[in-house]
This record gives sequence, C-alpha cells and structure tokens, in this order.
Amino acid sequence: MESLSQLVAQAIIDIDASLNMIALDEVRVRLLGKKGLLTEQLKSLGTLPAGDRPAAGQKINDAKLVVQVALDKRRQEFETAELARELAAGAIDVSLPGRGQGPGSLHPVTRTRLRIEHIFVQAGFQIASGPEVEDDFHNFEALNIPKNHPARAMHDTFYFPDGRLLRTHTSPVQIRAMRATPPPMAFIAPGRVYRCDSDMTHTPMFHQIEGLVIGEQINFANLKSMLHTFVEHFFEQSLRMRLRPSYFPFTEPSAEVDIECVFCHGKGCRVCKQTGWLEILGCGMIHPHVLGAAGMDAEKWQGYAFGMGIERLTMLRYGVDDLRLFYENDLQFLKQFP
Amino acid sequence: MKVTRHWLQEFTPIEEGTPQLGQALTMAGLEVESISPVAPPFTDVVVGLVVACGAHPDAEKLSVCQISTDGINRLQIICGAPNVRVGLKVAVAMLGARLPNNVLIKRAKLRGLESQGMLCSVRELGLGAEHDGIMELPFELTLGADLRMALDLDDVVLEVNVTPNRGDCMSVFGVARDYAAAQSRVYLTQRTTPVTPVHNEKISVTIDAVSDCPVFASRVIRNIGVGVPTPLWMRERLRRVGINSISPVVDVTNYVMIELGQPMHAYDRHALQGGLVVRRASAKESLVLLDDQEYLLDPEFVVVADDRGAVGLAGIMGGRRTAISSATHDIVLEAAHWVPDAIAGRARRLGLFTDAGQRFERGVDPSLLEQSIERATALLLEITGGEPGPVILSRATQNSTDEVGHLGVILRRTRLAQMLGASIPDSEVVALLNAISDQVVTLPEGWHVQSPPHRFDLRIEADLIEEVLRLRGFDSVLEYPAAVPQSVGYAGESQVAHEKIANAAASCGYREAITYSFVDPALQMLLFPNVSSMAIKNPIAADMSVMRVSLWPGLLHVVRENLHRQQTRVRLFEIGKRFNLSNEGVLNEVETFAGIATGSRWPEQWSGGRESLDYFDVKADLMNVLSITGPEIVIKFTQDLLHCLRPGRTARIYRENRPIGWLGELHPALVRKLDLAVVPLLFELDITSTFHCNELKFNSISKFPSIRRDLAVVVGEHLPLTELLDNVTVSAAGLLSELRVFDVYCGPGVDLGRKSIALGLILKDSSRTLTDVDADAVVAAVIARLRDKLSATIRD
Repeated sequence: MESLSQLVAQAIIDIDASLNMIALDEVRVRLLGKKGLLTEQLKSLGTLPAGDRPAAGQKINDAKLVVQVALDKRRQEFETAELARELAAGAIDVSLPGRGQGPGSLHPVTRTRLRIEHIFVQAGFQIASGPEVEDDFHNFEALNIPKNHPARAMHDTFYFPDGRLLRTHTSPVQIRAMRATPPPMAFIAPGRVYRCDSDMTHTPMFHQIEGLVIGEQINFANLKSMLHTFVEHFFEQSLRMRLRPSYFPFTEPSAEVDIECVFCHGKGCRVCKQTGWLEILGCGMIHPHVLGAAGMDAEKWQGYAFGMGIERLTMLRYGVDDLRLFYENDLQFLKQFP
Repeated sequence: MKVTRHWLQEFTPIEEGTPQLGQALTMAGLEVESISPVAPPFTDVVVGLVVACGAHPDAEKLSVCQISTDGINRLQIICGAPNVRVGLKVAVAMLGARLPNNVLIKRAKLRGLESQGMLCSVRELGLGAEHDGIMELPFELTLGADLRMALDLDDVVLEVNVTPNRGDCMSVFGVARDYAAAQSRVYLTQRTTPVTPVHNEKISVTIDAVSDCPVFASRVIRNIGVGVPTPLWMRERLRRVGINSISPVVDVTNYVMIELGQPMHAYDRHALQGGLVVRRASAKESLVLLDDQEYLLDPEFVVVADDRGAVGLAGIMGGRRTAISSATHDIVLEAAHWVPDAIAGRARRLGLFTDAGQRFERGVDPSLLEQSIERATALLLEITGGEPGPVILSRATQNSTDEVGHLGVILRRTRLAQMLGASIPDSEVVALLNAISDQVVTLPEGWHVQSPPHRFDLRIEADLIEEVLRLRGFDSVLEYPAAVPQSVGYAGESQVAHEKIANAAASCGYREAITYSFVDPALQMLLFPNVSSMAIKNPIAADMSVMRVSLWPGLLHVVRENLHRQQTRVRLFEIGKRFNLSNEGVLNEVETFAGIATGSRWPEQWSGGRESLDYFDVKADLMNVLSITGPEIVIKFTQDLLHCLRPGRTARIYRENRPIGWLGELHPALVRKLDLAVVPLLFELDITSTFHCNELKFNSISKFPSIRRDLAVVVGEHLPLTELLDNVTVSAAGLLSELRVFDVYCGPGVDLGRKSIALGLILKDSSRTLTDVDADAVVAAVIARLRDKLSATIRD
C-alpha cells in the first residue's frame, strides 16, 4: 500500500503544479478517469482476499477523496482567477454618457396651463374650448361691449376683411358654453388670444384661461375663496390676496386680483414696482346682460367669472423676465423647462 | 389721467399722507399707477434778485453778483451761468441749504472771492434737465419767499388709471368727489360764482342733431388782452398733469376741462360766419382740424358748423379756420353736452386720440355746462381782462333737460346679500348710497337711488351692488368656500388628450414650440402655393399677416432661428390650430399636431449615431406617438406628392383608409431657397381624425411556444412593403403572431430592378404547440401566394 500513499503524494504535487484547467484535467483523468490509477486500484480489489477488501477499499476511497478535494480546490482557484481576468477585461468607464435619444419637453406655457387646469379640474371644473376666429357678437356684443364702447379701445383687435376677428380674450367661450349647457355649470376655457400690440411687455398672441361658475347661490364671497385657493395652490405657498374694484363690461362688480409679491413677500421689489403686490387676474360677478344674452334668467341664476394670462403666471412662477422669450422658442430657453 | 394732491385738496380735505391717498384711490377702483413728487427734497432755497453783476477779476467765465433776498441786505455770490444779469429773479441756495443729491451749500472762495450761497439751475434743483444757465424765475414772485412755497413744489402728481366706465373721474374734481365718497362718505358738489355780463352780444346756436346734443352753452367775450402770458401757476399746474401751455384762452379751457371734466372750445368770434349749427356731417364732408390735418367725414360724425361749413368735430377737436390766434381779441366759448353714443368710437375711426373725445365717449356731466363757462370766464378775465356777454343755454328741444337719461334704480336688500354672500346693515348701505347720490329713498324692499348726472355707470341694480361693495371695500366681504356645481364631465376612453400627445412627442426627444398663428405670407406661399389662406386686415407686421394653413411655416422659422444660434440638432413639435378655407371659403380650424427634425440621428455622443437622421427615424418617432391610440389601429404610409416635400420621400399617412397627415423631407429646392444648412424632416397630423382609440380588448396570451421561419423574398424594387406584408398576412392563415422585416437589399446577387426583403415570420397557435409540419405548410402557402400575386422569387 505504499504505492497508494506515493500515488496520492505525487497527485497532490501534480495538481499544484498544473497551470490551467487542461493540465488539471489531465491529472484528474490520470488518477480518476475510467482507466485512472486509483480507478484501477479499486478494480483490483477483487484480487484481494475477501476479509481484506473492506479495509483496502476504504484506503483507496480515502485516497480518492483527498485527490478530489485537491482537484476541486485547484479548479476553484482557476475559476476565481478566470473571473477576475474577465472582470478586469470588462471594466468600463461608468462616467461616460449613456447612449440614445435626448429628452424632449413641454413648452413652459403648456406646463403652466396644465398645472392651472389640474387645479381647477380637481375643484370640479370642466374644460371648454371655442374658435379662435370669432365674430363680433361672441367677442364683444354678447359680453356687453357694444360697438363704439370705450372698452373696445382696451382690445386692439385683429380683423379680417369680412368683419370676423381673432378673439381678444377667451371670454367668448363663456358665451358659447352658456348657450350650449343648461345651468348650473362650472368650467374653464384655456386658449390662445390675440391683440394687435407688440412691445417689451406685449406679444400679439398670448394665452388666457377663463373660468365661469353659475348656480343659484354662487356669490362674491365664494369667488374670493375659490381664487385664493387657486393662487395658493398654484404658487404652493400661503399668500395674501386682495381684490381691487375695476371694470370689465361683462362683470359687475368687477375686480382686479393682486397677490402678495412672490419675490419679496410684500416688502417691495423691482418686479412688484415696490408696491408689494402683483396683479395676476381679473374677475367679477357675471353681468346680468351677459346672462341674458346667453338665455338665462338673471333673477334665478348668478355666478362669477375670472380670467388670467398664462404667460404672466409662468413668468411669476419661474422668474422669466422677458415675455418675448416664450415665442422665440430658443432651445436654450425650452431646455430649462423639463 | 394725472391729478395733483394740492389741486385735489382745493375740493376736499386730505389728511393722510400721499402713499395712503394713493392706496385709498386704488382700493376705490381708481388705480394709482404712479406717484411722483413735483420736486425732490431740498431746503433753504429762496427767491432773490440780482441787484448787481460784474466780471470776476481772475476768471473769465465767472460773474460776481450782488443778490438781495430781502430788499435790504446783499449777498455776494459767484456765479458761472451765462444768463445771470441785473434785474433777474433767481433761485438762491442760502448758506446751509441742502440741495438734491445731498449737496450742502457752504461758504466758499472761488478764485479768491467769497461766495455766500449759490444761484441754482433747473437741474441742480432736480426740476428738470436744463443746465444751460440758472433758473429764471417769474418777476411776480415775492422776494425772499421760500422757493418750494413760491412754486408749489411740495405738490405730488398722481397718475390715475380711469376705467372706461368712470367718465366722472376724468377730472380733478371728479377724483376728489369719489375720494370723498369712499373716505368720508360725503356727497361733494361744486359751485362757481357767476360772472356778471357787461354786454348782451350772443351767437345764435341751432341744434339739428337733437339726439346727439341736448344742450349747448356759449358765451361771447370781447376785448381780451392780446399778448398776455398765462401765469406761472396755471402753466405749472397744466404741465404737471401733462398739458402744454399754448395761450391764455386755450390754457384756460384746458384748465377747466382738467379741473371740472367739461371739455370746452373757443372760437375766434370774427372767423365765424353767421350762427352755429350742430348737425351730422354730410357724406365726404371735409374738415381741417387744429392738428392741421384734413379729415373726410360721413354722417356718423357730428359737427358744429357756421354758414361756411364745419368749424369743429363735435366733442373731439376744433377746426383750423376758426381757431384762436395770437391776435384774437373777441372769442366765443363753447361748452356742449355730447351724448356718449354720438362720440364713442369716432375719434378712433380717424386715428385721433383727444382729451375731449376720451371724456365725451365715457360721458360728461350735462349739468356742468354753465359752471364750466363761468369758471373759464372768471379765470380768463383774471389773466387777460375782457368783456363777457351772457351765458346762453341752447336746448335741442324744449324738453331737453340737464338730467337726460338719469333715472332711478332700485337696490333690493335680499339681492345685495345674495350677490355678495354677506349681509350689510341697512344704516351702512344708506350711508354708502348717500355718498354717491343726494337722492336716496328707503323702500320696504330696499332703496331707490337717483343716479347723479355725472354717473353714466349706474343704470341697473348690479351697478349699485358694485357701488356698495366698492365704497365699503372689497376686503369687507370675507372669503366663503362653496363647492362649484358638480357634473361629471367624463372624457371617454376613446378621446386622447392633447396632453398625452405632447408627452408622447416629448418622450421621443421633441421639444414643444409655440409659434404665432399668423405667419409670413411669402414663406407660406413658398410651401403651399395653391392653398388659400385668411389675410388679416390690420396685421402687426407684414411677416405676421396671414393665418397659417399648416404649422410648418412657423416651425421652419423657429428651426432657422435656432440654427442661427448655433443649435445644429433641432427637434420640435407643436400642437395648435391651423386655419384652412374650403373651396367655398368656409373656415375650418383644424387641431393639428406637427413636428420638425433636423441634424444627427442621435445627440452627438461617443459611440456613433452621428449620421443625419432620415425619413425612417422620424417615421419611428411618429409611430411611437401614434401608439398611444392603441394597438388595433391601422396606419399606412403611402408614397404621394406635396409641393413642399421632396418627391420620392413624401408619405401621405392614412388611418383606416382615411388621410390624416403627411411625413416627408423638405424639398431640396426649398432647402436652398431658405438657405438651410441641414435638411429638415416634417410631419403634420390632424388631431381629431388621428388621435382616438378603438375599443380595447384583451387577447388571451398563448402558453405555447412560437416557431420562427425566415424568408428572403425578391420582388420588384418599386413594390411597397405594405403590399408584400398584406399578402404574407393573408396567406399565413391566422398563425402569424408577428412579422418582422430584418433586411432590405439591392445589389450583386439580386437582379437589376429587384430587391430582396428578409422577413421573419413568428408563428404561434393559442391552443397547441406548432410542429415543423405546420410551419412548413404556412411557409409553402406564403411562397405560393407571393409567387402568384407579386411574381416574387425566394432566395436561399
């Protein structure tokens, strides 16, 4: 049996000396293969007397086990080294940019419009729309602005040769919606509007959102509450709000709504012209003539309406200081609004 | 309109500071847009007289002046102004005076001679920009008087934005009256002492346009002094409210208009031929106005005429022929009441904007006529002297009164509370109403209010509700939340919100642009020469004068601008309306989704993709966006022609056989004409016909594996792929779960005029595992059909 222990000793030397999986496998075959040295020894057990066989067999199996463990250990070493090589070879510069199409984005005016829409929709308003090429009736007459009314001077109107015009406000949608739907109702109407005016603070096209609520008991106190809720949601902070008497032919009473300046919180700054207040929208109780023009009984139905400029709210929200940027569509500008 | 604090104080006491005054007016609906002091702060500047003046011995440009500020003592002041001279009244900054910009006046030596103060220029006092010399004061100022007092420099100008309904506030008195109503709840009235006539000359006035002019007041004033200047105080007041001084007569009429709100006019008595007639203009009647421009009128306009023709455009501007000149000594003063409807909009039609027109179209208090004429007479006589005749009130009809149209309005207590959502004690309502009308009667249900003659905006109950709220303060109504009327406005699942389209486009790397709905007609004509568009009558610029018939002109413009800003890769979309005219000229506002892409396929990056994008990149983007309409829709791209797109690279897009839009490359001729360095791809889809979903339905997922068979089919090179695919689908007998195109090849190995298309057929059955036999059968059927229908051959 000396040869067995010699065999094992030699095997351990060979295993440790093998430099790769192929060499190692050769050692394994030489010892444990079908015709391997240890396999042959097991086969030769039969030549021993029956009483010796268990002890001899045990020895051979012990030797096999020692060899197997050494093989496994060596294989493990190779696998570990192989994996380490693979990992080393496969390392990348994770700081290189990713591949693929860059991001796109919505226009900041759209972004603001959607924010406003979502606030009002959550409050139960529906969204209405109307044509941009309007007639005199819907844009002016039905809104209590007869021909020659001085208020027409406040609207520099684009006209077409046939007398139609580009709507100067989203208010005509009020008339259309009021005529199409029986009261009570609550809706907003966002959209493009047009005025023949262009300078630092005016573009000939801009966006408004009109709002309208009609019920049997909808009153001025409700209007104040709704608008205050809106501005605080829109600017995501508590803000003081005040209403100032103003004039719109289609509401009576009419008011301008000021909020505490969001930049200086009322202390006075360049944006609020040191007043501490920012004018952000106009509103009022719907004029009985407007209800009448829409075929409603002004003794039974009453309500409020409001309108705001989306560009102005966008500018205040994001600190954009030049209105004209919205229509230049400079990618360097658009990219700032993901 | 501008008013000054001191002028207001002539009518009503104002105790609060000017910022508080401004705030009070703003909160009463008279928005104060600016508050500007007449002069910046300075002290110890007095009126002095130059009693002697000589050259400085050691300085060529300096004068040594002896100044008296009390008539007795003299101060030696060195002055460098060229206009200093003996006898001039000057502004003297005494020793210790503080001038604007923190300048302190100290005893000083100039070239060896002591100067005991300084003579000030307009600029040094912060009163203007002039700095050519020292300020020359009017001689009537009292020696030694504090300059601030002498020139009323502690006054403050308030610029008030008067809304179109408040004609009554287009005057200093009107603003004071409304301030009094809002603050002290006082109903303020104005009375002027009449001037006794000294002769009986009058001018005859005939009112033909009876409904336009109920009352017309006139007065002849003879022998006014010629060459007399308007006194400083009046010139200064007019300047502060933005009116230039012209001559005493014109200045006085302007002064009265600003003060009381009644626009007036003065005629040269001797330029008038015969009496005055108030009538509508005749068609094409021409009239030269005070601005020296000739205007062509029509019967929409009212004129005042004499025997020779029109002498003034009623309520807007006087005529040239009868205007006051520097030699005029006999005048006719006019104060007429023009009803708003006769004036409104007329000035605008002529491109005119006058103080008179602005007031009459809002409504001027008809009871002001006599007062205004008396006030103007008194002021004028003070300045120029003269002999007034009687004030003649000519009425259109016997029944014409000063109070035309001003009827009573009833305010109901319940209505007031219901509209405001707040109840106001009766006593308070009465106090508020009394502040705006001197005729308020309490009724069982509320109050009857006689609208005063200056208020043209108190016609119905809602107007009174506003008045009560306005005077009480909008802040007096507390916020009270109320749910808005609920109705479920459910947008069906088949509708695709614009928001969803925008988000889909953005996720394909497109940025949203918003371009003007009106575009450059030249550019639009280049792109769409055969499409008619709506032209705007009064465009703001020639390149924004027609309504767009496509979103492409605007997007192309934006791409060009961005290329100029060194942005080479531009991918934009827009959602908006285009304005198409049918053959019958009927306008159709079409909701449109359009886009444009130029530059490289991918953003510049380290691993390739630098080649220019092409049709198929944008088509993939478009298909990604279209996928939001659901899996069951059938979209087809068909080769077609559109003027502005490159032939051979133009697809008309169909959904379920209905045309919905276009995709293609900009025509090379246009790329050159527009001088673009890159070739843009353009797409445009009608939103309504494109973006609606079919009903979604769940298909059960097969648990059985699929088999793939690849085929290389050779067909004519012009055969559209869709035709090939349709034939494959038909012959695959329902086992085809997916059909992929993985190669398109022309070249060696394929006959000239033909192309090879590699197809991957993914076959699957929902109830069993397919066998090779099944797959072979499908492939055989497909091959047979392609051979038969498309003369296809199969490559091995």
